[in-house]
Amino acid sequence: MKVTEKDVSYVADLANLELTEDERTRMVRDLNSILGHIDNLNELDTANVPPMAQVSELYGVDRSKTGCERFMYASREDVIEGLRKCLPHDEALANAPSSDGTYFKVPKVIER
Amino acid sequence: MNPNGLTIDAARSAIQERKATAFDLVDAHYEKIAHEDEKIGAYLTLSKERALEKAEQIDVLARKGDPLPPLAGVPVGIKDVLCTRGVRTTAGSKILGNFIPPYDCTAVARMESAGAIVLGKLNCDEFAMGSSNENSAWKPVHNPRDLSRVPGGSSGGSAAAVAADMAVATLGSDTGGSIRQPASFCGVVGLMPTYGRVSRYGLIAFASSLDRIGPFSKNVKDAATVLGVIAGRDPMDSTSAETPVPDYAAELNKGARGLRVGVAKEYFGEGLDGEVRASVEAAIQKLASLGCEIVPISLPHMKYAIPVYYIIATAEASSNLARFDGVRYGYRAKDARTLSQMYRRTRDQGFGAEVKRRIMLGTYALSAGYYDAYYLKAQRVRTLLTRDFEEAFKQVDAIVTPTSPTAAFKLGEKSDDPLAMYLADIYTVTADLAGICGISIPCGETKEKLPIGMQILGKHFDESTILRVAHAYEQAG
Repeated sequence: MKVTEKDVSYVADLANLELTEDERTRMVRDLNSILGHIDNLNELDTANVPPMAQVSELYGVDRSKTGCERFMYASREDVIEGLRKCLPHDEALANAPSSDGTYFKVPKVIER
Repeated sequence: MNPNGLTIDAARSAIQERKATAFDLVDAHYEKIAHEDEKIGAYLTLSKERALEKAEQIDVLARKGDPLPPLAGVPVGIKDVLCTRGVRTTAGSKILGNFIPPYDCTAVARMESAGAIVLGKLNCDEFAMGSSNENSAWKPVHNPRDLSRVPGGSSGGSAAAVAADMAVATLGSDTGGSIRQPASFCGVVGLMPTYGRVSRYGLIAFASSLDRIGPFSKNVKDAATVLGVIAGRDPMDSTSAETPVPDYAAELNKGARGLRVGVAKEYFGEGLDGEVRASVEAAIQKLASLGCEIVPISLPHMKYAIPVYYIIATAEASSNLARFDGVRYGYRAKDARTLSQMYRRTRDQGFGAEVKRRIMLGTYALSAGYYDAYYLKAQRVRTLLTRDFEEAFKQVDAIVTPTSPTAAFKLGEKSDDPLAMYLADIYTVTADLAGICGISIPCGETKEKLPIGMQILGKHFDESTILRVAHAYEQAG
């Protein structure tokens, strides 16, 4: 599959990246080079192979249990024991590029 | 006693026996950093206040004659993708240039509870994306063994700091080889634990199904000691395993006699440098002489590992890096008139070229129309790669390979060709995809005195076996 400038513009949109023209040109070249190598995967017949998204499926899940007990490894232990202290408001705002002391401030949301 | 050449045991003993204070060790390491780091570039931020405070705490215990915790007084460095409360953490990126985390990474907190002293934050490729530490937004790292060459990546600073005695041990992270490959290039020990062995809480995420935190050290025993401190279930990371943590350091003495060591032909084919091949083959011979049974095996799908890795890792990264938008922390582009403009400019200006390339690749692979052909396909091939290892581990206890096809390359040599850089990861990425553990230890040098590393791979949660093999080899001299 060949990646075009149009594809790059579309994907940059999805990824929220405002690429410069130089970057767009280089991106077309680089993506095609890498995807060309990735196409080697089509040599393999994977019709009957299940996809593997998480290595954790190999352990952690207790198959002797049923229902939500099976997924207890993902439980929030802090919720069972009692709520943890929340991050204090001022600490949460400490890294804000722009804040009014209560909220994070950003440029207008609605474009006219 | 040379305060800079110490191992963990030696440092702790020196303090216990009152031959040195924690303050002495910290001071000696900062002196070393002041002299050496200008030409190496390993450290991005020094945390002197925190270090001196911690040193004082340890020295109080030592003066009282109280028993000392396992890492008491040990000066360590932390890769800049691990959050340290109150200490600037940048992930090697301008987009986090001024970020001060409000919490500590669990692995760091455990090191400090065990008495370790954090000297500072170590340079790395931006968001852990790279194999040479040339993608750091701040400065590259130079290999202490040859300053014209790369230290490897992405944990280049972590490896270099140990190699140059600017820390006794360091923490790094590994997603596609980022602990093992720099360990190999710099001539130190680098351990990548099984996925889930060490909590990822506080690790700035790159690829959530691949990332691990692990130690760099001067010898195998130190790596075992650090693993024992940082491993174990953490309620803050639901992917951290309940599996009990053995006493890794104590188990080293079981030796390697009788263990079955696999050698996969796919790792010794075309592209492997002659000197690296000779060095690793000699190391395998030595293991045989130590009583290991050498078993030829095959990992037939290994050549597909790079394409699989570069789809899965970039897809997961495109999702994980979506949070960097200029709203709550980090860099924000000036003069954006709308929110959308702010997001797009912040990200284009804040991220480096390699990061943007990987975000684009990952977004493309997940986009409608391409998801099945790329992402789903890669996940199926990931299953095939994992099955290769499962089959192999029915016949052997550990697998030995070269860590990297070559020794350290020159700065700038591969930085223009992203694909060439990616292909250099061929021996390390398979282990990340399968979730298994691996260690790289020095096994020789090239004619130009560049370090060569041998990689030992083990089953899930079987770090004990690979540590035993590594330790036996190292002790045999």
